[in-house]
Amino acid sequence: MSLLHLLTLSPFLLAALIPLLGKAVPRLHTGWFAAALSALLFAALLGYLPEVRAGSPITESFAWIPSLGISFTLYLDGLSLLFALMITGMGALVAVYSVAYMDSSKESPTSFYVCLLTFMGAMLGLVLSDNLLTLYGFWELTSITSFLLIGYRHENYRARYGALKSLLITMTGGLGLLSGFVLLYVMSGTYRIRELFEVGAPLASHPLFLPAMILILVGAFTKSAQYPFHIWLPDAMEAPTPVSAYLHSATMVKAGLYLVARLSPVFSGTPEWFWLVSLGGLVTLLYGSVAAVKQTDLKGILAYSTISQLGLIMCLLGLSSLSGIFDGEEQLLYAAAGTAALFHLLNHAVFKGALFMVAGIVDHETGTRDIRKLGGLAQVMPIAFTISLFGAFSMAGLPPFGGFLSKEMFLEAVVETLHAGVFDLHTWAALFPFVAWIASVFTFIYSALFVTRTFLGPRKKAMRGLKIHDAPALMTIPPALLAALALVLGLFPGLAAYSLIQPAAEAMMPIAAADGGRIPVEIKFWHGWTPALWMTIGIVAFGALLAWSARRWAKLYAFFPRRLSINRFYDASLRFFERITVWVTAFYMNGSSRSYVKYILGFMMLVLGFILFNSTDVTFRVGAYAQIAPYEWVILLGLAAGGIAVPFAKSRPVAIILTGTVGYMMTLMFVFLRAPDLALTQMVVESISVTLYLLCFYHLPKLRTEQQAVRFRLPNFLVAIAVGVLMTLVALAVLGTNPFEPISDYYVRESYESAGGKNIVNVILVDFRGFDTMLEIMVLAVASIGIYNMIKLRRKATDVGSRHVSHDGDESDEDAAVFRHAQYGHDGPTEETLDERGSAENEQLEPLEAETSESEGGKLSELGEPDDRDSASPETEVPRMKGGDSDA
Amino acid sequence: MPKGSDIFLQNVSKIVVFLVLAFALYLFFTGHGSPGGGFIAGLMSAGALLLLALAYDIETVRKVVPFDFKLITAIGLLIALGTGTGALLFGQPFLKHAFGHFDLPLLGDTELHTALIFDLGVYLAVVGVTMTILLTIGEDR
Repeated sequence: MSLLHLLTLSPFLLAALIPLLGKAVPRLHTGWFAAALSALLFAALLGYLPEVRAGSPITESFAWIPSLGISFTLYLDGLSLLFALMITGMGALVAVYSVAYMDSSKESPTSFYVCLLTFMGAMLGLVLSDNLLTLYGFWELTSITSFLLIGYRHENYRARYGALKSLLITMTGGLGLLSGFVLLYVMSGTYRIRELFEVGAPLASHPLFLPAMILILVGAFTKSAQYPFHIWLPDAMEAPTPVSAYLHSATMVKAGLYLVARLSPVFSGTPEWFWLVSLGGLVTLLYGSVAAVKQTDLKGILAYSTISQLGLIMCLLGLSSLSGIFDGEEQLLYAAAGTAALFHLLNHAVFKGALFMVAGIVDHETGTRDIRKLGGLAQVMPIAFTISLFGAFSMAGLPPFGGFLSKEMFLEAVVETLHAGVFDLHTWAALFPFVAWIASVFTFIYSALFVTRTFLGPRKKAMRGLKIHDAPALMTIPPALLAALALVLGLFPGLAAYSLIQPAAEAMMPIAAADGGRIPVEIKFWHGWTPALWMTIGIVAFGALLAWSARRWAKLYAFFPRRLSINRFYDASLRFFERITVWVTAFYMNGSSRSYVKYILGFMMLVLGFILFNSTDVTFRVGAYAQIAPYEWVILLGLAAGGIAVPFAKSRPVAIILTGTVGYMMTLMFVFLRAPDLALTQMVVESISVTLYLLCFYHLPKLRTEQQAVRFRLPNFLVAIAVGVLMTLVALAVLGTNPFEPISDYYVRESYESAGGKNIVNVILVDFRGFDTMLEIMVLAVASIGIYNMIKLRRKATDVGSRHVSHDGDESDEDAAVFRHAQYGHDGPTEETLDERGSAENEQLEPLEAETSESEGGKLSELGEPDDRDSASPETEVPRMKGGDSDA
Repeated sequence: MPKGSDIFLQNVSKIVVFLVLAFALYLFFTGHGSPGGGFIAGLMSAGALLLLALAYDIETVRKVVPFDFKLITAIGLLIALGTGTGALLFGQPFLKHAFGHFDLPLLGDTELHTALIFDLGVYLAVVGVTMTILLTIGEDR
């Protein structure tokens, strides 16, 4: 366990301690702990910078499951360090911001910070892992924490909807990722990324290479919200704004980009990788920027803008993969695309973080994020206005901000594709600069709209009466720092270029830096009158014109067919799968425990019977069985009589007590067979379980046999006979079959010698197989809590179906009703069964004293009434016990 | 659960419950050397309380044993887990037990065993689980 391990795991530790710390120091907002740790981690990671910059990455290994060869290996090179610094740096700022944003007097922020810290730890683990499997584990953990944070205000159904959507989409991608990793392992025989790089060329000619690449890209695209998997990101904006700023713009959504960058040495140089990554990015870039313009929610604009910017970086990563197939001068030319990607990654985190925080400030101070209601805030919120101006300028790619430089580099890179001439690029290369230019124009438009609609123009009527002012200092300082950083990155790009971007680029493109040379990362303002500059001038001119006339042409968006949107597809497929699931489950889960017993016994017979009749080891040594003593005959007869009497019992208590007789007979049997432990256990278990049965019996529907004679049912009879015969055969075969040396000798020998106990049974339970016992009591505990929950904390029906919300608000009621119906068809009590239960109880209680019957009567009327669960749609419900009763 | 009314059962169980509990205690301590152990002792204690519940009613049990049995389960699990983890502190594998003979006042030469602590966890967990289930189902109206 090294310092680096400790740094990576410290957020998890603090997350575990936060609830205690919150109680210990109730006056201090828990956010400060998170902020302090993030800042500490940031400083500690900065300490690694000189070493990493000098080109010597740090590897720390910690044997995790040595017997399986799995180790928790951390690897810190330029790329990881860039991401780790972004995660911790943004983490510190977001935590400080959230202290003011999350009002601890209204909602308990403990769970918020637990999730946030867990996320930070997972993210750090993700970018530092050298093992693909640990990387995958952290990857999924970020999805889960993101789910929890989006759903933080879970009373709001939109939050739940958004949380579930993001979880489903990113987890689907995560499964693809896992399969891709497994395929990589199949090809290379290693899960370590470092060793994967060394395998090199033979990998590319493997038939599984392309499937692995596609699966991994599905993971990366879903995480980084690339078209057409982007639909979860706008809905994720239901999360508190600090979360949006942190997870859904600066860090988590960049995990996909990290993965693409990290694995590009493995995949780059192939046409499929180039086209998938760069075209996927390009489409996302265009789609996101066009869609952002029509948004009316400030966070909506930023969400689509994030999608678009992620697409831009993805596209650059794709272009940089061309460096894998060229040499010398040209190679460096394409490597510049990779440098641009990393630089834009940094810029984006900075300006988008600032803008999100400003959106949060506006929301916090005015109570709305709708740009149709906002306007004219510049006079009352000058600081927020300045910050958003800095951020928007950087986002639109205007000098003198960092965004301008990376946008220029992006435009240069797309122009450069015109000269590549590989992978069919001579035909299609013109696509890149063209689409990039259009997307950039739209980027300019939404950046302009973000600022002008919020801060300029006249104040809207609704806002006039309010006293609006700038946010408190705690909320203002973090975005102000980021805005200042956007300017610093623009004026002094070398600060970041040589310290962070260069080592990261070299880690991403080891081929380009193979000959000991360094990738040039000179970033400067003035390149001469290059095509990129002309494009920028065009963007500003057209963008300004279109932004000015936006109100006139915005109606064009209405022509996009809504019915065909991907969101519709998502909702429809969710409904479809739930219907299928309900149908399939209804097919066998009919609510009758008799059927379940039949399934269980059926499977047991199949498996046991198959083994018994197909195994060559099974022999019956008929002569070897012990004689049955006369007293044993008596017990056996009692056993048999008890067993046979059960089906003929006229009422449940009798049946239960008869079953109990069988158990007590067994106890006697154990005594004669000199097994006192078993006898004791059997007796106690039998006593308690018979009582339990009798208790449960109050809650079961009335046995039909009380009114009618037992009907002979052939399938049930056959199952019963077959199980009996099979178990007898198994019992007989046990004596004659001994494929392994019995372990009991070992226990007999060792239990006194090494465990100091004379009772072998107990020694085995608590010592030799202590681990089993521990897990068993854990299972018991879980079962008891399950029963407790089932009975005491019955679910509220109003929640069911609430996740079936359609985007435009239509259909939701209808769908919710359908699913409520589906749910109650299976696990909700209905009027009918309740009545029946009530009447059964009524008859039971008759023999009791008169004084209790009054209170029971009150209880009955309570039971007869449908409680709140049923009030939702009683007429559509299917009786639960239908199968159960007719089966008797 | 119906309210008990059998005067004979009530009076008998007043004494028998303690006998059963004492026997359960005996089973628990003797478990390592002769038949018994935490599991059986736990079930038997639960059985004693069940007898009380049958003779009187659940409210009486609640009054006599005013514990939250879910908490008892949790404590039992923690003790079992703690015994296992304790071994790690001595550089031993998880759940490695130790024992030794000690001269105790009154009892003389006694074998003490860390497995007994583990068994205590099992005992509490079993009592907690059984009583939780019984009380939950029994109290349900």
